[in-house]
Amino acid sequence: MSTLADSPWTRQRSNRAARLARAAALAGVRAKTVQADAIVALLEALIEPGDRVCLEGDNQKQADFLARALTQVSPERVHDLHMVQSVLSLPEHLDVFELGIASKLDFSFSGPQAARLAQLLGQGKLQIGAIHTYLELFGRYFIDLTPKVSLIAAQAADAQGNLYTGPNTEDTPAIVEATAFKSGIVIAQVDEIVDKLPRVDIPADWVDFVVRSPEPAFIEPLFTRDPAQISEIQVLMAMMAIKGIYAEYGVQSLNHGIGFDTAAIELLLPTYGERLGLKGKICRNWALNPHPALIPAIEAGWVESVHSFGSELGMEDYIRARPDVFFTGPDGSLRSNRAFCQAAGHYACDLFIGSTLQMDMMGNSSTATLGRIAGFGGAPNMGADARGRRHASPAWLKAGREARDGLPGVRGTPRGQKLVVQMVETFREHMQPAFVETLDAWQLAEQAHMPLPPIMIYGDDVTHVLTEEGIANLLLCRDDEEREHAIRGVAGFTPSGQKRDRAMVEKLRARGVIRRPADLGIDPRDATRNLLAARSMRDLVRASGGLYQPPRRFRNW
Amino acid sequence: MTGMESLHFAFDGGRVLAPFAPALVGVVASGNLEVLIEPATGTGCRVDIDTSARGFGPIWEAVLRDFHDRHAVAGLVVSIHDMGATPAVVSLRLDQAMSAIAGAQP
Repeated sequence: MSTLADSPWTRQRSNRAARLARAAALAGVRAKTVQADAIVALLEALIEPGDRVCLEGDNQKQADFLARALTQVSPERVHDLHMVQSVLSLPEHLDVFELGIASKLDFSFSGPQAARLAQLLGQGKLQIGAIHTYLELFGRYFIDLTPKVSLIAAQAADAQGNLYTGPNTEDTPAIVEATAFKSGIVIAQVDEIVDKLPRVDIPADWVDFVVRSPEPAFIEPLFTRDPAQISEIQVLMAMMAIKGIYAEYGVQSLNHGIGFDTAAIELLLPTYGERLGLKGKICRNWALNPHPALIPAIEAGWVESVHSFGSELGMEDYIRARPDVFFTGPDGSLRSNRAFCQAAGHYACDLFIGSTLQMDMMGNSSTATLGRIAGFGGAPNMGADARGRRHASPAWLKAGREARDGLPGVRGTPRGQKLVVQMVETFREHMQPAFVETLDAWQLAEQAHMPLPPIMIYGDDVTHVLTEEGIANLLLCRDDEEREHAIRGVAGFTPSGQKRDRAMVEKLRARGVIRRPADLGIDPRDATRNLLAARSMRDLVRASGGLYQPPRRFRNW
Repeated sequence: MTGMESLHFAFDGGRVLAPFAPALVGVVASGNLEVLIEPATGTGCRVDIDTSARGFGPIWEAVLRDFHDRHAVAGLVVSIHDMGATPAVVSLRLDQAMSAIAGAQP
């Protein structure tokens, strides 16, 4: 090994060896196995000032024990860390900045910590490199943000250090691959150490240390929507989505956002969709977390496949019993993978439909509001045309034709386009208008000294805006003025909607750019909750044949 | 009730409805509203609103003007008890109430 240490080409490897030697000398460390009470000493031995550290914070699964341990290291020894992690969801994820252990942050999503993040930034306690989409951050793990030390979470390990992640594999493979193959160090917290793993998600020789956490890793049920809370207006909008967009384009492959609006669509497929004769013609292949709201459609035979970013608490047994639909391991449980599912959602789906907090008159949308830095997550990957896509499908070709029909030169080159639908009620809670003349994102960019306003989905990627008032098909707009009035024309009674040019809106309606419920043959009075295939959590359990077991907080029986 | 706001609007024009049985739809619950439509003498359309959400007079006026434009009826009074419903829900309830009234359809 001494020859290695002398070579200028193997400094990272020598540095890794030196770190491992320091760790090996610690009490409580035997080969790969670390006693829980030795974890802080281990982190102090392994992490050097200025290191890039990935503290696995996924959408759901959290390396919470290691996060707590990292807040307990001495800032004298460990400081100026550069945190590179997809999600900031635990208080500890920001405590490390407040305590002077870390100073720089590159991330994707910080919804649960958005207000505190903005506060700490304002106080100069941290510097933000950039706010990414998931795929973008994972990409940078292999280019210029490779972690030196990764602190990850798995459900179980064996004596060799092989890891079983359980159904929430999520970001783990992407993080570990980038770290382990670039002379970095991987430390895993596990709920249990067993003789034989159900399956191997991460092989042992990519893992340096395993510590058994005193408590199971925290997992949040993020994608459970109680059907009891779906409103008639959401039913109406779901009818319009199915009849006015899904059927119109023959959408086969898709990704749904996580709100009640899209849950309503999922619950209308076996009822309204069936009545329209659409079974087998739309919504067959999904990039989606295992939403409980999809159970009735799966049971009715609508769904051919679902690949998932992560899992969802309570869905384990149901997924296990439906391996023809979900991706499962030889042990029967779900194998999710955020990086692959994001790639699939971007390149292999005809349609993305999601919601936003604000949309401007160009169709730009943002969930950034003043005093909160929430990040993007995956929406910009899903909600963007995949310019590298080359395989054709009827939906993709039709959208491309509509966008390019009659255009001269290079803009008229035939190609397809992804359908990107923003589904918003014109007013949100507390009568906040969803349509605005100027996004808060602009002011936030100024306050937080961002190089660009944090726009989640760019207007030129949005193909349809769907509100309770109608659908605006932006593919058919030929200039910015048409686009503006197509959006105003569905913006309802918001101040932006009331600024519409009525004559122009009627012209757009005559051309089919704007379509009202009546134009689609939908009577809003038919939009009742009776159309929902499940109207309560209990209905979902029943639809699953008792296989779905909702977390306690969703049970009211 | 503290915090409630009362609003009153009147619209002229439209077809005077023959006498009809009053129609009541909706519920007084958060984010929802109750709409009662009754016959009234005269050739106008009067709307009385009690709402828990203060400061939205101009939006109410726009929603009700749109309602009146769509149905173009007179000889009625609309009473609304609102608990912070969005304009989408208000329009839906008004249409539901109108469809329950015999002879109100154009």
